Amino acid sequence: MSSWHAAQVVRTEPLAASARVLTLAVPGFAGALAGQHVDVRLTAPDGYQAVRSYSLARVGRDEVVELAVDEVRGGEVSPYLVHEARPGDRMEVRGPLGGYFVWRPHDGGAVQLVAGGSGIVPLAAMARARAAAPTSDAPFRLLAAVRTPADAFFAKELDSTEGLTTTWLYSREAPPASTRPPGRLTLDDVTAHAFAPDVGARVYVCGPTGFVEAAAALLVDAGHDAARIRTERFGGV
Amino acid sequence: MAVFTRGFGGRRPDSERPVPPGQYLTDDFPVLSIGPTPNVDTSTWQLTIRTEEGAEHRWDWAALQALPAEDVTVDIHCVTRWSKQDTHWRGVPVDAFFADVETAAEYVVAHSFGGYTTNLPLDDLLDGRAWVVTEYEGEPLEPLHGGPVRLLVPHLYLWKSAKWLRALTLHLDDEPGFWEQNGYHLYGDPWSEQRYG
Repeated sequence: MSSWHAAQVVRTEPLAASARVLTLAVPGFAGALAGQHVDVRLTAPDGYQAVRSYSLARVGRDEVVELAVDEVRGGEVSPYLVHEARPGDRMEVRGPLGGYFVWRPHDGGAVQLVAGGSGIVPLAAMARARAAAPTSDAPFRLLAAVRTPADAFFAKELDSTEGLTTTWLYSREAPPASTRPPGRLTLDDVTAHAFAPDVGARVYVCGPTGFVEAAAALLVDAGHDAARIRTERFGGV
Repeated sequence: MAVFTRGFGGRRPDSERPVPPGQYLTDDFPVLSIGPTPNVDTSTWQLTIRTEEGAEHRWDWAALQALPAEDVTVDIHCVTRWSKQDTHWRGVPVDAFFADVETAAEYVVAHSFGGYTTNLPLDDLLDGRAWVVTEYEGEPLEPLHGGPVRLLVPHLYLWKSAKWLRALTLHLDDEPGFWEQNGYHLYGDPWSEQRYG
């Protein structure tokens, strides 16, 4: 776990205006659990290095790392990964990391995913792992909050993933057919679309700090057991 | 041999002071917590120290306020690679809580409301190197950052500075806490880059 692996970009795909998927070939990377992340290290020509953590967007393939990176404006690493990196470019990867915010195919029971913005990435990895595990009949629901339809990562796929029911909630601009006015996540959204507390679902919440704070508090208000809610926050306040 | 990344320039820290290896400086204050932020009310808050013999020492909010607090300016380092320089806190040195505690134990587990735990050597909490803090940047510590009361152990990665502190238990052996059981280092010295176990 603690050693760096040489990695090479093999593919990049646009994901949203400020985000893209990067597929890296990483010899020696032995796979990961859905929800885990990796450290990515970039080295400038003078030897200066920068490291950031990124959630894996998909797990299950050895020696392949798939990231979905959202640009942090003014950031040091994400603008490079989103705009500059191209196939053949080299970097290093360490991981997988994190043993708590994970879903394992043999984990039984219902799963409620709650995403804010690019926080959907590790949750998409869980939904994909669920779909790829034919033995799992765990029902999954995803409540995904995004600014506009253009910010919805993996929308087409997640709308048709086996075993998963996805609800998109828009904070700034909703599609014309939407009956819910754009706005922040509310208690009504949670009670209307998330599993009821008595289902006893495991809940995974990921997103920017402010979103996760609000969403986790709403879930607790709605009656979910705080001990069953796992959170991953990013960004400052 | 270094793996160079074509087209990557990077941004050098403009601080005169060194940061620990693999860290970058940030001006905001990221939040990493394993679950919902617990609501901890100062009217019912208590801190308990329990020795390896089972003896308990307790402080409520009023007793905490009666202890001599000091202002602390320190750099903090999160294992997720951000560091923040010159953060200002106010709190009571952990030494004050151990003045009347008799123990032969060398290890401590800090316990949070919400169920989080983290382990530290007792020595790392003493000699003015750790505080029980209630203020950040001149304001009462926000729940988001561990308020009303958190531990501050700035010479170790910040996961050791348990938020929503409710108890310190003493142990003869080093017993891994939450992150220490989930892949992170038992001790967590940022200058030696002790991130992962």
